[in-house]
Amino acid sequence: MRKHLFEGLTRLPLTERPPKASQTAIDELARGLDGAARKRLGRSLSIRAVDAGSCNGCELEMHALNNAFYDVERFGIRFVASPRHADVLLVTGPVTKNMREALKWTYDATPNPKWVVALGDCGRNGGCFAGSYAVVGGVSEVLPVDLHIPGCPPSPIEILKGLLALLERVNAKTAAPRG
Amino acid sequence: MPALTDLIEAGRPVEQHAPWRRAVVAPKIWNLAVEQLAAGHWSLLGLWAEPDTVHMALLDAVRDIGVISLKCAGGRYPSVGQRHPPALRLERAAADLFGLLPQGLPDTRRWLDHGQWGVSHPLAAGALAAEASAAPAHAPAMASYRFLPAEGESLHQIPVGPVHAGIIEPGHFRFTASGEIVVRLEERLGYVHKGIEGLMAGSPVERAAKLAGRTSGDSTVAYSLAFARAVEAALGVEVPLRAVWLRALMAELERLANHLGDIGAICNDAAFVLMHAHCGVLRERVLRASDAAFGHRLMRDRIVPGGVASDLSEEGTAAVRSVVTEIRQRFPHLVELYDNTASLQDRTVATGRLKPALVRQYAAGGYVGRASGREFDARRSPGYPPYDELAFDVPLLQEGDVNARVWIRIREVEQSLSLTEQILQRLPGGPIRVDVAGASVAQTGVTKTGGPCEGMALVEGFRGDILAWLRIGEGGMIECCHLRDPSWFQWPLLEAAIEGNIVADFPLCNKSFNCSYSGHDL
Ligand code: SF4
Repeated sequence: MRKHLFEGLTRLPLTERPPKASQTAIDELARGLDGAARKRLGRSLSIRAVDAGSCNGCELEMHALNNAFYDVERFGIRFVASPRHADVLLVTGPVTKNMREALKWTYDATPNPKWVVALGDCGRNGGCFAGSYAVVGGVSEVLPVDLHIPGCPPSPIEILKGLLALLERVNAKTAAPRG
Repeated sequence: MPALTDLIEAGRPVEQHAPWRRAVVAPKIWNLAVEQLAAGHWSLLGLWAEPDTVHMALLDAVRDIGVISLKCAGGRYPSVGQRHPPALRLERAAADLFGLLPQGLPDTRRWLDHGQWGVSHPLAAGALAAEASAAPAHAPAMASYRFLPAEGESLHQIPVGPVHAGIIEPGHFRFTASGEIVVRLEERLGYVHKGIEGLMAGSPVERAAKLAGRTSGDSTVAYSLAFARAVEAALGVEVPLRAVWLRALMAELERLANHLGDIGAICNDAAFVLMHAHCGVLRERVLRASDAAFGHRLMRDRIVPGGVASDLSEEGTAAVRSVVTEIRQRFPHLVELYDNTASLQDRTVATGRLKPALVRQYAAGGYVGRASGREFDARRSPGYPPYDELAFDVPLLQEGDVNARVWIRIREVEQSLSLTEQILQRLPGGPIRVDVAGASVAQTGVTKTGGPCEGMALVEGFRGDILAWLRIGEGGMIECCHLRDPSWFQWPLLEAAIEGNIVADFPLCNKSFNCSYSGHDL
């Protein structure tokens, strides 16, 4: 145990340079985030992940965001256990009909201001599962979506780019003087 | 004790079903098979339905595999679950999807159908389907779902989910506890049911292959492999040798990534974060090597019917070699750390004990089975290439606790490292794919004898054996396909393993099983 801790002190950090925020994501946000009450967000973002029918691939890459390479907490981004602590709902899956209700409840339990990010191709339009009797087909069918991060699954870098775009956009809004 | 072959010969064998045989049998023979299951002589590998038929895949005492099918006169058939509990949830699922009624089934509550689809029996045919679409939507599911009672003094219930406090798939757990002690856990699943079988029916092979690869994201390689092998069995397609070996390489990389991630995550649930951090690094390295080797971190859509979609380059080989070297260096220290940390052992040893008898009864695969003394690994038996040419051990323990499941995974990491090295050493050259659509049977979708063709495969994913069964009909379209996740036979055992443990140990037990939600709900 001591050895591992000691090694941890001497080894170079694994953490990598942050990626540039993705332009398409920013553009989409510019349209999506026009509301007023973004001030309270500050420089942190609390995310509540909701699996609304994912194959679990998207979740694996979300988990990866917490590993030593990506270490999302350094951006002020953290995953929280309750929607009541969250600014952002990060929703995956084609939204199964069996999860639609729970997703709505989770959204309702999230305090304003809040944003919804649909993660993965499924979250965008149902992906491969679109057209099934058992899915609704995309998060925006159920909730207002502020940002889509495509991919199957999107790599941690892609997720990070999207989230950074969300942060930048939100903070720019906050900093701008209001008339 | 009859052999499975006797039963199949007593029925009407299906012409084109490969590699194992299938027969349509009379109710008497069906019941004979149920007797063998109930007596513990045979194992149930799967139970699924078509609009007017139920199928049961069986493994007999000499490890022979076969399928028996029963026509359901009037939409009914004698329940297997009433005598052999592992079939229970499978029968409930088949009843929801196809409207087939298992006579005598003790539990007739819906399973996948939460009353939200807007149709009942979505996969039924004919009269039943017409009736289904006309049926009004059901009452809201949670309100009407009866959980099994647990009665006694000062018992209380703890409902958890479907949305959990973490990055986890959704499902509902209903604990009944006496103080801290769990006296009963009841699972309610089906939240991520996407209707994969319904989407596959009538799809071209390529589209169905994509769906198969998205059945359970962490097992995308294993599912693609199972599906591809079933298609190839049905069509009689021979896959190029290099592809066979590359598939095994992907499968072992997937196993490595999952085991490494989960070993860390289990320790994390025992509040030992250091392991989680280190294992997370190794897992990430494996994913990056997979990306370098095959162009996708999870290797999605890389195994396709007929071979593999991308070849391994020099750089890819180097990336895989270097990750194996790194894990070989670092992993032993982590194992030592696990083994020497008393506070961690205190949580994992003797926690969530699962009895070998239950594991045998449920024919539980993977580390859940092997940690409780069931020696079964589909790579070994029935076996498939190239594993017959590779040297590896199937680790086995008897204790059945969280600790044993961790150790099985540790041992499997070591085996997978060795397998990866062996594969890289002996990887043959040549083409990586044959055209499945060009296979003579596929063009017409009809075999020489005039019937459609059926194929089956059993593949070892990191969680255990995955079963794929399918029929290819006219024009090379998938007529029907069933994929059975190992979790079907592991979820019920989690309910058993948690009994008598404290509520706080549930995450630990749950993670050590790590059953799939998506794979189960389909
Ligand atoms: S987008 Fe892909 S990885 Fe994400 S849930 Fe859908 S199928 Fe799975």
